[in-house]
Amino acid sequence: MIDVKKLSKSFGDHLVLDNISEHISPGEKVVVIGPSGSGKSTFLRCLNLLETPTAGTITFEGTVITDPKVKIDKVRQQMGMVFQHFNLFPNMTIRKNITLAPVRTGLMLQEEADGLALSLLKRVDLVDKAEAYPNQLSGGQKQRIAIVRALAMKPKVMLFDEPTSALDPEMVGEVLDVMKELAQEGMTMVVVTHEMGFAREVGSRVLFMDGGHILEQNEPHAFFDHPQNPRTQLFLSKVL
Amino acid sequence: MIQWFTSLAPRLHRAFIEGDRWKLYLKGLGATLEMTVLALCIGIVLGVLVAVIRTAHDQQRIGQHNPILGILNGLCQVYTTILRGTPMMVQLLIWAFVIFKSSRNMIMVGTIGLGINSGAYVAEIVRGGLMSVDAGQSEAGRSLGLGYLDTMRFIVIPQAFKNILPSLGNEFITLFKDTSLVQAIGGAELAYYAKTIGGTTFDYMPPLIGIAVMYLVIVIVFTWLQGKLERRLRQSDRR
Repeated sequence: MIDVKKLSKSFGDHLVLDNISEHISPGEKVVVIGPSGSGKSTFLRCLNLLETPTAGTITFEGTVITDPKVKIDKVRQQMGMVFQHFNLFPNMTIRKNITLAPVRTGLMLQEEADGLALSLLKRVDLVDKAEAYPNQLSGGQKQRIAIVRALAMKPKVMLFDEPTSALDPEMVGEVLDVMKELAQEGMTMVVVTHEMGFAREVGSRVLFMDGGHILEQNEPHAFFDHPQNPRTQLFLSKVL
Repeated sequence: MIQWFTSLAPRLHRAFIEGDRWKLYLKGLGATLEMTVLALCIGIVLGVLVAVIRTAHDQQRIGQHNPILGILNGLCQVYTTILRGTPMMVQLLIWAFVIFKSSRNMIMVGTIGLGINSGAYVAEIVRGGLMSVDAGQSEAGRSLGLGYLDTMRFIVIPQAFKNILPSLGNEFITLFKDTSLVQAIGGAELAYYAKTIGGTTFDYMPPLIGIAVMYLVIVIVFTWLQGKLERRLRQSDRR
Protein backbone atom coordinates (compact mmCIF):
# COMPACT_ATOMS: atom_id res chain seq x y z
CA MET A 1 0.00 0.00 0.00
CA ILE A 2 2.72 2.46 0.99
CA ASP A 3 6.21 1.78 -0.22
CA VAL A 4 9.08 3.95 0.99
CA LYS A 5 12.41 3.72 -0.81
CA LYS A 6 15.65 5.32 0.35
CA LEU A 7 13.86 8.16 2.05
CA SER A 8 16.05 10.93 3.44
CA LYS A 9 15.06 14.24 4.96
CA SER A 10 17.25 16.96 6.26
CA PHE A 11 16.43 20.35 7.73
CA GLY A 12 19.40 22.46 6.66
CA ASP A 13 22.49 20.55 7.78
CA HIS A 14 20.56 18.39 10.19
CA LEU A 15 19.84 14.93 8.79
CA VAL A 16 16.58 13.72 10.35
CA LEU A 17 15.84 10.67 8.21
CA ASP A 18 18.74 8.69 6.80
CA ASN A 19 18.01 6.43 3.85
CA ILE A 20 14.89 4.68 5.13
CA SER A 21 13.16 1.93 3.16
CA GLU A 22 9.95 0.43 4.47
CA HIS A 23 6.78 -1.19 3.23
CA ILE A 24 3.34 -0.93 4.73
CA SER A 25 0.75 -3.48 3.59
CA PRO A 26 -3.03 -3.06 3.58
CA GLY A 27 -4.57 -3.80 6.97
CA GLU A 28 -1.33 -3.45 8.87
CA LYS A 29 -1.14 -1.48 12.10
CA VAL A 30 2.39 -0.18 12.20
CA VAL A 31 3.39 1.44 15.48
CA VAL A 32 6.46 3.65 15.41
CA ILE A 33 8.23 4.27 18.69
CA GLY A 34 11.50 5.89 19.67
CA PRO A 35 13.01 8.73 21.68
CA SER A 36 12.15 12.31 20.82
CA GLY A 37 14.17 13.68 17.95
CA SER A 38 14.54 10.22 16.46
CA GLY A 39 12.72 11.25 13.27
CA LYS A 40 9.54 9.23 13.81
CA SER A 41 7.18 12.19 13.40
CA THR A 42 9.09 13.42 10.37
CA PHE A 43 8.85 9.93 8.87
CA LEU A 44 5.08 9.95 9.35
CA ARG A 45 4.73 13.48 7.95
CA CYS A 46 6.71 12.49 4.88
CA LEU A 47 4.14 9.78 4.10
CA ASN A 48 1.54 12.39 3.09
CA LEU A 49 4.14 14.96 2.07
CA LEU A 50 3.48 17.44 4.87
CA GLU A 51 7.27 17.31 4.85
CA THR A 52 8.93 17.18 1.45
CA PRO A 53 11.58 14.45 1.40
CA THR A 54 15.10 15.53 0.49
CA ALA A 55 15.73 12.27 -1.34
CA GLY A 56 14.01 8.97 -2.04
CA THR A 57 10.56 7.98 -3.27
CA ILE A 58 7.24 7.19 -1.64
CA THR A 59 4.69 5.14 -3.54
CA PHE A 60 1.06 5.01 -2.45
CA GLU A 61 -1.20 2.50 -4.19
CA GLY A 62 1.06 2.45 -7.22
CA THR A 63 1.43 6.24 -7.52
CA VAL A 64 4.84 7.74 -6.92
CA ILE A 65 3.63 10.63 -4.76
CA THR A 66 7.06 12.22 -4.40
CA ASP A 67 6.87 13.07 -8.11
CA PRO A 68 6.25 16.86 -8.23
CA LYS A 69 3.68 16.35 -11.02
CA VAL A 70 1.38 14.29 -8.84
CA LYS A 71 -1.74 16.10 -7.61
CA ILE A 72 -0.97 15.78 -3.94
CA ASP A 73 -4.43 16.94 -2.82
CA LYS A 74 -6.00 13.89 -4.50
CA VAL A 75 -3.54 11.60 -2.72
CA ARG A 76 -4.08 13.23 0.67
CA GLN A 77 -7.84 12.73 0.31
CA GLN A 78 -7.15 9.02 0.75
CA MET A 79 -4.83 9.41 3.73
CA GLY A 80 -6.30 10.58 7.01
CA MET A 81 -4.08 12.27 9.54
CA VAL A 82 -4.50 12.94 13.25
CA PHE A 83 -2.22 15.44 14.95
CA GLN A 84 -0.81 15.74 18.44
CA HIS A 85 -2.48 19.10 18.95
CA PHE A 86 -5.80 18.09 17.32
CA ASN A 87 -5.80 21.08 14.95
CA LEU A 88 -9.57 21.35 14.85
CA PHE A 89 -10.75 24.49 13.09
CA PRO A 90 -11.82 26.84 15.92
CA ASN A 91 -13.86 29.05 13.59
CA MET A 92 -16.37 26.31 12.73
CA THR A 93 -18.81 24.06 14.54
CA ILE A 94 -17.91 20.41 15.01
CA ARG A 95 -20.33 19.43 12.24
CA LYS A 96 -18.69 21.90 9.87
CA ASN A 97 -15.22 20.67 10.90
CA ILE A 98 -16.22 17.18 9.82
CA THR A 99 -18.14 18.02 6.66
CA LEU A 100 -15.96 20.79 5.18
CA ALA A 101 -13.42 18.58 3.42
CA PRO A 102 -15.79 15.89 2.05
CA VAL A 103 -18.07 18.58 0.61
CA ARG A 104 -15.38 20.92 -0.77
CA THR A 105 -13.43 18.12 -2.42
CA GLY A 106 -16.61 16.93 -4.13
CA LEU A 107 -16.66 13.59 -2.35
CA MET A 108 -20.28 14.10 -1.27
CA LEU A 109 -23.09 16.64 -1.01
CA GLN A 110 -23.72 18.61 2.17
CA GLU A 111 -26.73 16.46 3.15
CA GLU A 112 -24.80 13.23 2.70
CA ALA A 113 -21.90 14.65 4.65
CA ASP A 114 -24.22 15.78 7.43
CA GLY A 115 -25.64 12.27 7.64
CA LEU A 116 -22.17 10.78 7.71
CA ALA A 117 -21.05 13.26 10.37
CA LEU A 118 -24.01 12.27 12.52
CA SER A 119 -23.25 8.56 12.30
CA LEU A 120 -19.55 9.16 12.96
CA LEU A 121 -20.38 11.34 15.96
CA LYS A 122 -22.67 8.59 17.27
CA ARG A 123 -19.80 6.21 17.05
CA VAL A 124 -17.59 8.36 19.29
CA ASP A 125 -20.54 9.26 21.50
CA LEU A 126 -20.45 13.00 20.78
CA VAL A 127 -23.67 13.58 18.85
CA ASP A 128 -24.70 16.33 21.29
CA LYS A 129 -21.59 18.32 20.35
CA ALA A 130 -22.41 18.64 16.65
CA GLU A 131 -23.24 22.33 16.90
CA ALA A 132 -20.60 23.14 19.53
CA TYR A 133 -17.31 24.84 18.81
CA PRO A 134 -13.95 23.14 19.40
CA ASN A 135 -13.10 25.45 22.31
CA GLN A 136 -16.06 24.08 24.25
CA LEU A 137 -14.63 20.55 24.18
CA SER A 138 -12.15 18.71 26.39
CA GLY A 139 -8.87 17.47 24.93
CA GLY A 140 -10.08 13.90 24.65
CA GLN A 141 -13.27 15.00 22.94
CA LYS A 142 -11.29 17.16 20.52
CA GLN A 143 -9.05 14.31 19.54
CA ARG A 144 -12.01 11.97 19.01
CA ILE A 145 -13.52 14.61 16.74
CA ALA A 146 -10.20 14.96 14.92
CA ILE A 147 -10.20 11.22 14.24
CA VAL A 148 -13.77 11.34 13.02
CA ARG A 149 -12.99 14.34 10.82
CA ALA A 150 -10.25 12.37 9.09
CA LEU A 151 -12.54 9.33 8.75
CA ALA A 152 -15.20 11.41 7.01
CA MET A 153 -12.94 11.46 3.94
CA LYS A 154 -13.15 7.62 3.87
CA PRO A 155 -9.37 7.28 3.81
CA LYS A 156 -7.55 4.07 2.96
CA VAL A 157 -4.92 4.64 5.59
CA MET A 158 -4.82 6.63 8.83
CA LEU A 159 -1.69 8.35 10.09
CA PHE A 160 -1.52 9.21 13.79
CA ASP A 161 1.14 11.63 15.01
CA GLU A 162 1.39 11.18 18.79
CA PRO A 163 -2.40 11.42 19.17
CA THR A 164 -2.41 11.12 22.97
CA SER A 165 0.73 13.09 23.89
CA ALA A 166 -1.08 16.37 24.49
CA LEU A 167 -3.89 14.85 26.55
CA ASP A 168 -4.52 14.76 30.27
CA PRO A 169 -3.81 11.20 31.46
CA GLU A 170 -7.45 10.49 32.26
CA MET A 171 -8.44 11.24 28.65
CA VAL A 172 -5.91 9.00 26.95
CA GLY A 173 -8.11 5.93 27.32
CA GLU A 174 -11.12 7.29 25.43
CA VAL A 175 -8.95 8.20 22.42
CA LEU A 176 -7.10 4.88 22.40
CA ASP A 177 -10.45 3.06 22.55
CA VAL A 178 -11.57 4.76 19.35
CA MET A 179 -8.27 3.83 17.71
CA LYS A 180 -8.57 0.21 18.84
CA GLU A 181 -12.05 -0.02 17.39
CA LEU A 182 -10.74 1.39 14.13
CA ALA A 183 -7.97 -1.19 14.11
CA GLN A 184 -10.46 -4.00 14.65
CA GLU A 185 -12.40 -2.83 11.63
CA GLY A 186 -9.33 -3.46 9.54
CA MET A 187 -8.14 0.08 8.88
CA THR A 188 -4.53 0.39 7.80
CA MET A 189 -2.83 2.49 10.44
CA VAL A 190 0.56 4.05 11.04
CA VAL A 191 0.81 5.29 14.61
CA VAL A 192 3.62 7.29 16.16
CA THR A 193 3.13 6.99 19.91
CA HIS A 194 4.62 6.66 23.36
CA GLU A 195 1.80 4.34 24.49
CA MET A 196 3.61 1.03 24.79
CA GLY A 197 0.47 -0.76 25.95
CA PHE A 198 -1.30 0.28 22.77
CA ALA A 199 1.68 -0.78 20.65
CA ARG A 200 1.67 -4.21 22.23
CA GLU A 201 -2.06 -4.74 22.10
CA VAL A 202 -3.02 -3.26 18.74
CA GLY A 203 0.14 -3.16 16.64
CA SER A 204 0.77 -5.79 14.04
CA ARG A 205 4.34 -4.55 13.78
CA VAL A 206 6.47 -2.23 15.89
CA LEU A 207 9.25 -0.07 14.44
CA PHE A 208 11.90 1.38 16.70
CA MET A 209 13.54 4.52 15.37
CA ASP A 210 16.57 6.43 16.57
CA GLY A 211 18.90 8.90 14.89
CA GLY A 212 16.96 8.81 11.63
CA HIS A 213 17.19 5.02 11.23
CA ILE A 214 14.78 2.17 11.84
CA LEU A 215 16.98 0.20 14.21
CA GLU A 216 14.69 -2.71 14.88
CA GLN A 217 11.28 -4.01 13.96
CA ASN A 218 9.22 -7.02 14.87
CA GLU A 219 5.75 -8.16 15.77
CA PRO A 220 4.92 -6.64 19.16
CA HIS A 221 5.28 -9.61 21.51
CA ALA A 222 8.69 -10.62 20.24
CA PHE A 223 9.67 -6.96 20.07
CA PHE A 224 8.82 -6.12 23.66
CA ASP A 225 9.81 -9.45 25.21
CA HIS A 226 13.08 -10.05 23.34
CA PRO A 227 14.47 -6.86 21.90
CA GLN A 228 17.68 -7.58 19.99
CA ASN A 229 19.32 -4.19 19.45
CA PRO A 230 21.12 -2.76 22.53
CA ARG A 231 19.66 0.69 21.82
CA THR A 232 16.16 -0.80 21.80
CA GLN A 233 16.86 -2.63 25.02
CA LEU A 234 18.04 0.58 26.67
CA PHE A 235 15.00 2.52 25.44
CA LEU A 236 12.52 -0.13 26.53
CA SER A 237 14.17 -0.49 29.95
CA LYS A 238 13.46 3.19 30.50
CA VAL A 239 9.87 3.37 29.27
CA LEU A 240 8.39 0.05 30.32
CA MET B 1 -8.11 87.99 27.96
CA ILE B 2 -11.76 88.88 28.43
CA GLN B 3 -11.56 90.88 25.27
CA TRP B 4 -10.22 87.86 23.41
CA PHE B 5 -13.16 85.74 24.58
CA THR B 6 -15.73 88.35 23.66
CA SER B 7 -14.24 88.63 20.17
CA LEU B 8 -14.51 84.85 19.79
CA ALA B 9 -18.24 84.74 19.13
CA PRO B 10 -18.17 86.97 16.02
CA ARG B 11 -15.07 85.11 14.74
CA LEU B 12 -16.81 81.78 15.07
CA HIS B 13 -19.91 83.25 13.50
CA ARG B 14 -17.86 84.44 10.53
CA ALA B 15 -16.02 81.10 10.16
CA PHE B 16 -19.00 78.77 10.43
CA ILE B 17 -22.33 80.51 9.97
CA GLU B 18 -21.98 83.62 7.82
CA GLY B 19 -22.88 82.92 4.20
CA ASP B 20 -23.88 79.34 5.12
CA ARG B 21 -20.21 78.36 5.43
CA TRP B 22 -21.11 75.30 7.53
CA LYS B 23 -22.38 73.76 4.30
CA LEU B 24 -18.83 73.91 2.93
CA TYR B 25 -17.49 72.02 5.94
CA LEU B 26 -20.16 69.38 5.48
CA LYS B 27 -19.31 69.11 1.81
CA GLY B 28 -15.62 68.80 2.67
CA LEU B 29 -16.32 66.24 5.35
CA GLY B 30 -18.37 64.22 2.85
CA ALA B 31 -15.50 64.25 0.37
CA THR B 32 -13.03 63.30 3.10
CA LEU B 33 -15.09 60.33 4.28
CA GLU B 34 -15.79 59.23 0.72
CA MET B 35 -12.06 59.29 -0.09
CA THR B 36 -11.24 57.38 3.09
CA VAL B 37 -13.73 54.60 2.46
CA LEU B 38 -12.92 54.22 -1.24
CA ALA B 39 -9.16 54.35 -0.62
CA LEU B 40 -9.49 51.73 2.11
CA CYS B 41 -11.43 49.48 -0.28
CA ILE B 42 -8.70 49.85 -2.90
CA GLY B 43 -6.11 49.27 -0.18
CA ILE B 44 -7.78 46.11 1.14
CA VAL B 45 -8.27 44.57 -2.30
CA LEU B 46 -4.68 45.30 -3.32
CA GLY B 47 -3.33 44.35 0.09
CA VAL B 48 -5.09 40.97 0.26
CA LEU B 49 -4.01 40.20 -3.30
CA VAL B 50 -0.37 41.04 -2.61
CA ALA B 51 -0.40 39.22 0.73
CA VAL B 52 -1.89 36.03 -0.75
CA ILE B 53 0.59 36.07 -3.65
CA ARG B 54 3.50 36.57 -1.31
CA THR B 55 2.48 33.87 1.18
CA ALA B 56 1.61 31.46 -1.64
CA HIS B 57 5.06 32.06 -3.10
CA ASP B 58 6.76 31.48 0.24
CA GLN B 59 4.82 28.28 0.95
CA GLN B 60 5.45 26.41 -2.27
CA ARG B 61 6.65 22.82 -2.18
CA ILE B 62 10.34 22.47 -2.77
CA GLY B 63 11.08 21.58 -6.40
CA GLN B 64 7.75 22.96 -7.53
CA HIS B 65 8.47 26.62 -7.99
CA ASN B 66 5.88 28.23 -10.19
CA PRO B 67 7.63 30.78 -12.46
CA ILE B 68 4.52 32.96 -12.83
CA LEU B 69 4.18 33.15 -9.06
CA GLY B 70 7.86 34.08 -8.91
CA ILE B 71 7.34 37.04 -11.27
CA LEU B 72 4.19 38.16 -9.43
CA ASN B 73 6.02 37.92 -6.13
CA GLY B 74 8.82 40.10 -7.53
CA LEU B 75 6.31 42.69 -8.71
CA CYS B 76 4.62 42.70 -5.31
CA GLN B 77 7.94 43.26 -3.60
CA VAL B 78 8.81 46.18 -5.89
CA TYR B 79 5.36 47.64 -5.22
CA THR B 80 5.59 47.49 -1.43
CA THR B 81 9.20 48.73 -1.42
CA ILE B 82 8.48 51.81 -3.53
CA LEU B 83 5.17 52.72 -1.93
CA ARG B 84 6.43 52.31 1.61
CA GLY B 85 9.78 53.91 0.85
CA THR B 86 8.60 57.26 -0.51
CA PRO B 87 6.62 60.01 1.28
CA MET B 88 2.84 60.01 0.87
CA MET B 89 2.98 63.71 -0.07
CA VAL B 90 5.51 63.12 -2.85
CA GLN B 91 3.42 60.23 -4.17
CA LEU B 92 0.32 62.44 -4.29
CA LEU B 93 2.22 65.17 -6.14
CA ILE B 94 3.44 62.61 -8.68
CA TRP B 95 -0.08 61.24 -9.19
CA ALA B 96 -1.52 64.73 -9.65
CA PHE B 97 1.17 66.52 -11.65
CA VAL B 98 2.89 63.70 -13.55
CA ILE B 99 0.58 60.74 -14.07
CA PHE B 100 -2.86 62.40 -14.12
CA LYS B 101 -1.67 65.89 -15.04
CA SER B 102 -4.66 66.52 -17.33
CA SER B 103 -7.21 65.39 -14.76
CA ARG B 104 -9.32 67.91 -12.89
CA ASN B 105 -10.96 65.56 -10.46
CA MET B 106 -8.35 65.78 -7.73
CA ILE B 107 -10.57 63.98 -5.23
CA MET B 108 -10.45 60.95 -7.50
CA VAL B 109 -6.71 61.27 -8.09
CA GLY B 110 -6.20 61.62 -4.35
CA THR B 111 -8.33 58.54 -3.67
CA ILE B 112 -6.29 56.48 -6.11
CA GLY B 113 -3.03 57.75 -4.64
CA LEU B 114 -4.11 57.06 -1.07
CA GLY B 115 -5.61 53.67 -1.94
CA ILE B 116 -2.53 52.42 -3.74
CA ASN B 117 -0.31 53.66 -0.95
CA SER B 118 -2.53 52.05 1.66
CA GLY B 119 -2.44 48.74 -0.23
CA ALA B 120 1.27 48.41 0.49
CA TYR B 121 0.67 48.74 4.22
CA VAL B 122 -2.43 46.56 4.25
CA ALA B 123 -0.44 43.86 2.42
CA GLU B 124 2.05 43.70 5.27
CA ILE B 125 -0.75 43.72 7.85
CA VAL B 126 -2.59 40.88 6.11
CA ARG B 127 0.62 38.91 5.58
CA GLY B 128 1.39 39.19 9.28
CA GLY B 129 -2.15 38.08 10.08
CA LEU B 130 -1.93 35.04 7.79
CA MET B 131 1.38 34.03 9.33
CA SER B 132 -0.01 34.43 12.85
CA VAL B 133 -2.41 31.51 12.29
CA ASP B 134 -0.91 28.30 13.69
CA ALA B 135 0.78 26.25 10.97
CA GLY B 136 -1.11 23.20 12.25
CA GLN B 137 -4.34 24.73 10.96
CA SER B 138 -3.26 24.79 7.35
CA GLU B 139 -1.55 21.39 7.76
CA ALA B 140 -4.85 19.97 9.01
CA GLY B 141 -6.67 21.47 6.03
CA ARG B 142 -4.15 20.19 3.53
CA SER B 143 -3.97 16.74 5.15
CA LEU B 144 -7.71 16.39 4.53
CA GLY B 145 -7.04 16.92 0.84
CA LEU B 146 -8.26 20.52 0.63
CA GLY B 147 -6.35 22.65 -1.87
CA TYR B 148 -4.25 25.68 -0.97
CA LEU B 149 -6.97 28.18 -1.88
CA ASP B 150 -9.76 26.34 -0.05
CA THR B 151 -7.57 26.03 3.02
CA MET B 152 -6.87 29.76 2.91
CA ARG B 153 -10.47 30.69 2.29
CA PHE B 154 -12.22 28.53 4.88
CA ILE B 155 -9.57 28.00 7.54
CA VAL B 156 -6.70 30.49 7.55
CA ILE B 157 -8.24 33.78 6.39
CA PRO B 158 -11.26 33.69 8.76
CA GLN B 159 -8.89 33.15 11.69
CA ALA B 160 -6.40 35.73 10.44
CA PHE B 161 -9.18 38.30 10.14
CA LYS B 162 -9.56 38.56 13.90
CA ASN B 163 -5.82 39.18 14.33
CA ILE B 164 -5.76 41.70 11.50
CA LEU B 165 -8.67 43.81 12.70
CA PRO B 166 -6.84 46.09 15.19
CA SER B 167 -4.09 46.97 12.70
CA LEU B 168 -6.65 47.46 9.96
CA GLY B 169 -8.50 49.90 12.20
CA ASN B 170 -5.26 51.80 12.66
CA GLU B 171 -4.76 51.88 8.93
CA PHE B 172 -8.27 53.33 8.54
CA ILE B 173 -7.46 56.10 11.03
CA THR B 174 -4.14 56.93 9.34
CA LEU B 175 -5.83 56.99 5.97
CA PHE B 176 -8.64 59.18 7.27
CA LYS B 177 -6.17 61.78 8.52
CA ASP B 178 -3.92 61.50 5.46
CA THR B 179 -6.81 62.59 3.22
CA SER B 180 -6.01 66.13 4.41
CA LEU B 181 -2.86 65.96 2.27
CA VAL B 182 -5.06 65.93 -0.83
CA GLN B 183 -5.72 69.67 -0.36
CA ALA B 184 -2.11 70.21 -1.52
CA ILE B 185 -3.02 68.95 -4.99
CA GLY B 186 -6.25 70.94 -4.99
CA GLY B 187 -8.69 68.26 -3.90
CA ALA B 188 -11.73 69.91 -2.32
CA GLU B 189 -11.94 68.05 0.99
CA LEU B 190 -12.29 69.23 4.55
CA ALA B 191 -8.86 70.82 5.04
CA TYR B 192 -9.13 72.53 1.65
CA TYR B 193 -12.36 74.30 2.62
CA ALA B 194 -10.97 75.28 6.03
CA LYS B 195 -7.97 76.87 4.35
CA THR B 196 -10.14 78.65 1.80
CA ILE B 197 -12.49 79.98 4.46
CA GLY B 198 -9.53 81.11 6.54
CA GLY B 199 -8.25 82.98 3.51
CA THR B 200 -11.56 84.69 2.75
CA THR B 201 -12.21 85.83 6.34
CA PHE B 202 -8.53 86.61 7.05
CA ASP B 203 -8.90 84.49 10.18
CA TYR B 204 -7.40 80.99 10.09
CA MET B 205 -7.76 80.01 13.72
CA PRO B 206 -11.48 79.17 13.97
CA PRO B 207 -11.75 77.04 10.80
CA LEU B 208 -8.49 75.14 11.43
CA ILE B 209 -9.21 74.39 15.09
CA GLY B 210 -12.75 73.58 14.00
CA ILE B 211 -11.71 70.88 11.53
CA ALA B 212 -9.11 69.54 13.96
CA VAL B 213 -11.99 68.91 16.38
CA MET B 214 -14.01 67.25 13.61
CA TYR B 215 -11.14 64.87 12.73
CA LEU B 216 -10.60 64.11 16.41
CA VAL B 217 -14.25 63.37 17.15
CA ILE B 218 -14.54 61.02 14.20
CA VAL B 219 -11.36 59.16 15.18
CA ILE B 220 -12.58 58.80 18.77
CA VAL B 221 -15.97 57.49 17.65
CA PHE B 222 -14.34 55.05 15.24
CA THR B 223 -11.90 53.79 17.89
CA TRP B 224 -14.81 53.18 20.22
CA LEU B 225 -16.73 51.22 17.57
CA GLN B 226 -13.65 49.19 16.77
CA GLY B 227 -13.16 48.31 20.43
CA LYS B 228 -16.75 47.10 20.63
CA LEU B 229 -16.36 44.92 17.54
CA GLU B 230 -13.13 43.39 18.83
CA ARG B 231 -14.71 42.57 22.16
CA ARG B 232 -17.55 40.83 20.39
CA LEU B 233 -15.18 38.79 18.24
CA ARG B 234 -13.14 37.80 21.27
CA GLN B 235 -16.26 36.59 23.05
CA SER B 236 -16.67 33.89 20.42
CA ASP B 237 -13.29 32.54 21.52
CA ARG B 238 -14.47 31.94 25.04
CA ARG B 239 -17.59 30.03 24.09
